[in-house]
Amino acid sequence: MSEITAEQVAHLANLARIDLSAEEIDRLTTELGQIVDSVAKVAEVATPDVPATSHPMPLTNVFRADVVVPSLTVEQALSGAPDRDGDKFRVPAILDEE
Amino acid sequence: MKKAELMDYDKALELFEPVLGFEVHVELNTKTKMFCGCANEFGQGANTNTCPTCLGLPGGLPQVNAQAIESSIRLGLALGCEIAEYSRFARKNYFYPDTAKNFQTSQYDEPIAFNGQLTIELESGRLVTVDIERAHMEDDAGKLTHVGGATGRIQGADYSLVDYNRGGVPLVEIVTQMIEGGEADSPEIGRTYVAAIREIVKALGVSNARMEEGNVRCDANVSLRPRGSNILGTRTETKNVNSLRSVEKAVRYEIQRQAALLQAGGTITQETRHWHEDTGITSAGRPKSDADDYRYFPEPDLVPVAPSREWVEELRATLPEPPAARRKRLQADWGFADLEFQDVVNSDLMDAVEATIAAGASAQAARKWWTGEVARLANVAGVSADSLVQPDQVAALIELVVAGTLTDRLARQVLEGVINGEGTPLEVVEFRGLAVVSDDGALIVAIDEALAAQPDVLAKIRDGKVQAAGAVIGAVMKAMRGQADAARVRELVLERAGSADGSAE
Repeated sequence: MSEITAEQVAHLANLARIDLSAEEIDRLTTELGQIVDSVAKVAEVATPDVPATSHPMPLTNVFRADVVVPSLTVEQALSGAPDRDGDKFRVPAILDEE
Repeated sequence: MKKAELMDYDKALELFEPVLGFEVHVELNTKTKMFCGCANEFGQGANTNTCPTCLGLPGGLPQVNAQAIESSIRLGLALGCEIAEYSRFARKNYFYPDTAKNFQTSQYDEPIAFNGQLTIELESGRLVTVDIERAHMEDDAGKLTHVGGATGRIQGADYSLVDYNRGGVPLVEIVTQMIEGGEADSPEIGRTYVAAIREIVKALGVSNARMEEGNVRCDANVSLRPRGSNILGTRTETKNVNSLRSVEKAVRYEIQRQAALLQAGGTITQETRHWHEDTGITSAGRPKSDADDYRYFPEPDLVPVAPSREWVEELRATLPEPPAARRKRLQADWGFADLEFQDVVNSDLMDAVEATIAAGASAQAARKWWTGEVARLANVAGVSADSLVQPDQVAALIELVVAGTLTDRLARQVLEGVINGEGTPLEVVEFRGLAVVSDDGALIVAIDEALAAQPDVLAKIRDGKVQAAGAVIGAVMKAMRGQADAARVRELVLERAGSADGSAE
């Protein structure tokens, strides 16, 4: 059985800026626990001769030449912004007064 | 913002041992960003260099800039690091409007370079070896402007504006090990270390290294250990320390602030602090907390970087002479006294002086002009001296002085002409008609006129009061509009006064 707790889920939700109700936290605690358990099954079949990897493809050194390509126009860049001020994105205040 | 209590610096060192650590971010001068083909240019219109990848829009996929990898490896090698055989990018997750991706693409447990060393020399001659833990690659964040509130600072701002041009620019973050034993030299160690990094990246050509444009930025970690204790104190991380002088001042300030706080029975909060260039103090930012749980994980959209040993050795062969060694060699070659050489180094004029000497000028003349008149004019114009005039022009100017075509005074006028874009020194001399009047005939006419006009002076000279000649020399220089060699005029005045004396008998 996984060790995912409601506190961990609440912490992750806070880090991810997701507002969860108590019911949602309960449900996600169970569901995330099941997912972690499922993934843990993989560890049972993994042997020391299978190295851990973050990529399914055995590729390395895929590079791009340092050549400038056209960027978006300012209008395109800002087209999805909820708010703008001139050519800049406008965002709410970040910190409260000290 | 209330000013913190500070303990006297010497007293603080009596009671505590400072322990330092530095994180220096170097912006690479690649043509494009780290993971997309947007231009890496400073000073462009807001949000003109963005694309779906650096804006973190759905579907944007990163592609690694080959030049950035090469520059990072060369920088790692220049810092004496080992280069990883296998290195990965990772996502550092955080929510802050300086990145639209909601993560920084960085490196976590597999940095490109690690285990380096850099030996720096303090003004006293003391050598300090700084151990480099790692140098890893990452992308820069966008630029925030805080609007409203008291002073444009983040605290109390009404809202913030974001320009993502800098978002995605390649960075190398160089992280030191703990630096112990710095003692009273700790602030100077900070300044000298960052100066050494700046010098190295400049010599490598991997960064523009302009601190005022944020190409080299330093976070300074300071903690205090009570004397006789072996338990490390809690550290603070001061950010936004973006000039060499500020690094020194910020370290000193934190030592004094923490000492006063600890001595008064307080505790240090592990936190990010902001350095304020204007007031010379640090203020508390956010405390280290849950928000620093970055949930790093390997970047799924990028495959590992695995530089072959052959490539690494090829790059090692391209490393320039280490700046510290080059300085020693050049000072010996040029025969400069320590102060003279420091003047050149501190004015950032080593390259300019070297190029001027290569173009034919003597070392002393090159030094004198660059650190003197050129630096003065650059200071007035608010630009760097080496951006004001080319070394070969300065060499040409010096040649005209050596040849006697120009006096120092005229040469300064010619220099202004060159800087104004009037042409080469020789062209300015012709255009402005500034050459020294070296025709003795013209000088003698003027001298005889001046002597005739001031018979009392003539009489004094004849009586052996040679210093009286000054009045005549002045009149002649005025008649020549300054375009005469004063030493030659003096010789001729004495000669003419003497011969006038003879003819009178």
